[in-house]
Amino acid sequence: MKQYFKTMKTATKVDYATYAGVVLAFVIVMLCQSMGLLSRSITGMLVPICCYICMSLSLNLTVGVLGELSLGHAGFMSVGAFTGIITSMCLSASVSSELVRIVLSLVVGTIFAAVVGLVVGIPVLRLRGDYLAIVTLAFGEIIKDIINCLLVGWDERGLHIALNFDGTKSIDSLGLSENGIEIIKGAQGASGNDRIATFVVGFVLVMITLIVVLNLVRSRTGRAVMAIRDNRIAAESVGINVTKYKLIAFVTSAALAGAAGALFGLNYSSVSAAQFDFNTSILVLVYVVLGGLGNMWGSIIATVVLYVLPEALRQFSDYRMLVYAIVLILVMLATHNPILRSFFTRLFRREKEDGSAVRAVKGGGSHE
Amino acid sequence: MKKTRILSLAMTGALCLSLLAGCGGGNGGTSETPASGTPAAENTSSAAAGEASGTFTIGMIGPLTGGAAIYGTAVANAAQIAVEEINALGGPVQLELITQDDTNDAETAVNAYNNLMDQGMQILLGTVTTQPALAVVPYTYDERVFTLTPSGSGDDVIEGNDNVYQVCFTDSNQGTRSAQYIDENFENPQIAIIYKNDDQYSQGIRDNFVAEAENRGMSIVYEGTFTEASQTDFNNQLTAAQSAGADMIFLPIYYTPASVILTQANAMGYEPTFFGVDGMDGILTVDGFDTSLAEGVYLLTPFSADAEDEATQAFVTEYQSRFEDIPNQFAADAYDGIYIIYEAIQAAGVTSDMSNEEICDALIAAMGDLSVVGLTSAGSEMTWDDNGAVSKDPAAVIIENGVYVTP
Amino acid sequence: MEFLSYLINGISLGSIYAIIALGYTMVYGIAKMLNFAHGDVIMVGGYVVFYATNFARSSLLGDNPSALASGLSTLVCVILAMVVCGVLGVIIEALAYKPLRRAGSLAVLITAIGVSYFLQNAAQLLFGANPKNFTPVVSGQLTLFGGQLRISFVALLTIVACVVIMVALTLFTGRSKMGKAMRACSEDQGAAQLMGINVNSTISMTFAIGSALAAIAGVLMCSYSPVLQPTTGSMPGIKAFTAAVFGGIGSIPGAFLGGILLGIIEAIAQAYISTQLSNAILFAVLIVVLLVKPSGLLGKYVPEKV
Repeated sequence: MKQYFKTMKTATKVDYATYAGVVLAFVIVMLCQSMGLLSRSITGMLVPICCYICMSLSLNLTVGVLGELSLGHAGFMSVGAFTGIITSMCLSASVSSELVRIVLSLVVGTIFAAVVGLVVGIPVLRLRGDYLAIVTLAFGEIIKDIINCLLVGWDERGLHIALNFDGTKSIDSLGLSENGIEIIKGAQGASGNDRIATFVVGFVLVMITLIVVLNLVRSRTGRAVMAIRDNRIAAESVGINVTKYKLIAFVTSAALAGAAGALFGLNYSSVSAAQFDFNTSILVLVYVVLGGLGNMWGSIIATVVLYVLPEALRQFSDYRMLVYAIVLILVMLATHNPILRSFFTRLFRREKEDGSAVRAVKGGGSHE
Repeated sequence: MKKTRILSLAMTGALCLSLLAGCGGGNGGTSETPASGTPAAENTSSAAAGEASGTFTIGMIGPLTGGAAIYGTAVANAAQIAVEEINALGGPVQLELITQDDTNDAETAVNAYNNLMDQGMQILLGTVTTQPALAVVPYTYDERVFTLTPSGSGDDVIEGNDNVYQVCFTDSNQGTRSAQYIDENFENPQIAIIYKNDDQYSQGIRDNFVAEAENRGMSIVYEGTFTEASQTDFNNQLTAAQSAGADMIFLPIYYTPASVILTQANAMGYEPTFFGVDGMDGILTVDGFDTSLAEGVYLLTPFSADAEDEATQAFVTEYQSRFEDIPNQFAADAYDGIYIIYEAIQAAGVTSDMSNEEICDALIAAMGDLSVVGLTSAGSEMTWDDNGAVSKDPAAVIIENGVYVTP
Repeated sequence: MEFLSYLINGISLGSIYAIIALGYTMVYGIAKMLNFAHGDVIMVGGYVVFYATNFARSSLLGDNPSALASGLSTLVCVILAMVVCGVLGVIIEALAYKPLRRAGSLAVLITAIGVSYFLQNAAQLLFGANPKNFTPVVSGQLTLFGGQLRISFVALLTIVACVVIMVALTLFTGRSKMGKAMRACSEDQGAAQLMGINVNSTISMTFAIGSALAAIAGVLMCSYSPVLQPTTGSMPGIKAFTAAVFGGIGSIPGAFLGGILLGIIEAIAQAYISTQLSNAILFAVLIVVLLVKPSGLLGKYVPEKV
């Protein structure tokens, strides 16, 4: 066994450490919760934190591993959230088990987000750099606008869907029967949803996301994707199908974001499309960059810290978001300034030998 | 019940007088009777079991930062004034107010709610806006926290939640009432509607307005929408409304975008009749706004900072001296909200050492009989139905010479 | 006639996008970074002019100032805003971006987002959350075709200002010494340094100019849609970024063209298709254009070297 660990690659060790860390964190949280040590604030944040961890892991696949800047990741989350909510609400009468409903909703959310990811990915991935970034932003906004026009209801005759493009329809235009459920009311979003998401499901989703992402990265496909990131032309010249591998990474990323979105949607009784706007995409991007591009455990830690930070700063009341902004700038300066960085590396020289740590600090280098 | 009611009316009348004297507002002999013009209210069930006492922790959730911060800060400020006034009375019931920011986001609102619960919140004044309210209300319902929203006007906020009450009108109430008023007072108006379609409030009023207008066979010639992201430019909607021949524009929106619409319509030389709802209140107080543009604008409003009754004057003076701002309708709703909670606590006779559930159930029982006169009820009494909707009739006013006048 | 008024609405809105986009594009061309705080500098410019004109009206000018006096005071206020924003731009660059010059562009992007949050929240604490209604710098309208077509002077001023700025910037970068230094830096910073160009001061200068442009954009934007609040700049900032990419980022005529086209598409879509979907249509057109011309309308196609 010892021998096995010795011969293991550093990257593999880091992966196992990441799994172990997540499981450990889960066990600790569950223990604290059962002993009643957790405050309401923390308990309430557990599920959204899981969602955002999945979001940043999946975005890291696009930005860190594939090396393309995406500014519309929240769009996929939105697709997942709304399809997940529709599924859950449609099944609320026929399926009694909440767990089954959650799983089915997550699956549906994942599939729809993957389909949208494919539709978006085919044109988007032909572009490069900031042009690609702006097109992902554009798709994110288009998805938001379309969901803003969407009217969905459910009654015993089935699912009713209408698009309110001219601003004159309302949920009554669907003509639902008496015991019909109004699921999505255009720009007002979905309200009155069942809150069925649980932390355990969130943890399982994080583990699945982590397994999918890490296995993809360490596989043949992952190496091809990273080869494209580092030098597209060189990769092409050795016979790597650039479009195929880019699409694999992009669609996987979209699908995982859809799963995260579905869980997110099931955690709130009111969700609107405006919540998944450009700012949300940026928020997740901040998690990814701060955690280190291509660095999965970095993403997880950065997500947890940055999600909790604005809540922890509530004692500053009016100055809360100001302090958050200052902390964000200072952390970026501290982790990315060459002078400060060399100071830190000298301080923790051992970390330098760790391959992934170096890549974490290198941050941003891939996007040029 | 009737007898105790008259008795308590007289008693609270006296109480109000002393309260006003404390505020230092000189009585200029207004036409209002003292009791009906004051925020303190008659308490219909003072004979209820037990004497209310103790310090109650009231939580407030609203957008204190971000684009909607104006509404949240107004509510927080006004609630603080009301709480300090009540505490200064020195009665057995004392209130403690803790406020939390939700940035007008449903997700953050839930976090804010959890934070308040950690701090021992017993009663919730919130949330200020409808979207976060829809996310928070299911929690307060499950955990039996008595909830009074000052301005979350969506019908869905109170629907099916016995613990949630509103200070403001519901959206359906306003939409229907606006259509009625326009139909009765204007001759065959050609109506254009400009509304904000990513806002529950605006969309809700619009839906009810259109439904009522169709019933009455009114002519709606144009409907234009905008969103949070595009609420700074209305030239295209206005041009379209103008070319569709609209001579009346219905604006179920808040006053900030409305001020842009008025300014841009003026710059185009387009002069239809504008008809707003309660969100239009505040338009005269926008810093730097040319108020002459608002001349002839109709609106439904529960509150006017220019009202001459003493309660309003005292409140406006206090608010201005503290926050250097003229309070808007949100502030007035919040101020009333705190007094409503105070009255309900006294009526229910709850003590602060009771559990949230006991307080909630007692307050719900008390709300049915409660009637309160506040800043936002225009001298009449506010009462609540079982659903939690307030009954106060939205009154239409027109702006003339910079003040609200009943047409 | 309706069509003409929609078109003019679109062009004047587009001109505002274009002025902002010019600032974006200049900074991008040289610092190779997306300055997401650019939109918030517009907001700062708006507030400076708002308070300066209010001060001038209440304490410097009398009750009935002559047209010349009030015009001059407005001009002084605008220049003041340009100076304040220019200095702010240089300070932001020195404190937040310069230490990260050798880090990747994503790191700077995140810092720029931090700066953007900072400016918005600082503005809310300083000026309050209440929106201010901005008095347009010019008022009145031009009536054509016997009253069938009305164009506000603000719209005309915006369009004229945009064209003047675009021409001036093209001349500046093409002819002046500083402009040449800027182009050299955008081409290759190392080589520029070897040629004796002070890269640091050139970048600072770019930020100063870009931010001063943002101040002008702020004044025009607030004259056009008169609400000023701490979040005023963020959405136009994103639109202008889109416009800059649409036209080919780094290209000055491209930013101009991109901005104007964006404004026109938005106006026409709102007028004839759907106000609900105008944004979606705008972005759809953008996507189609970028698919056909992957480096924007006027962007240079740089072949990749191996």
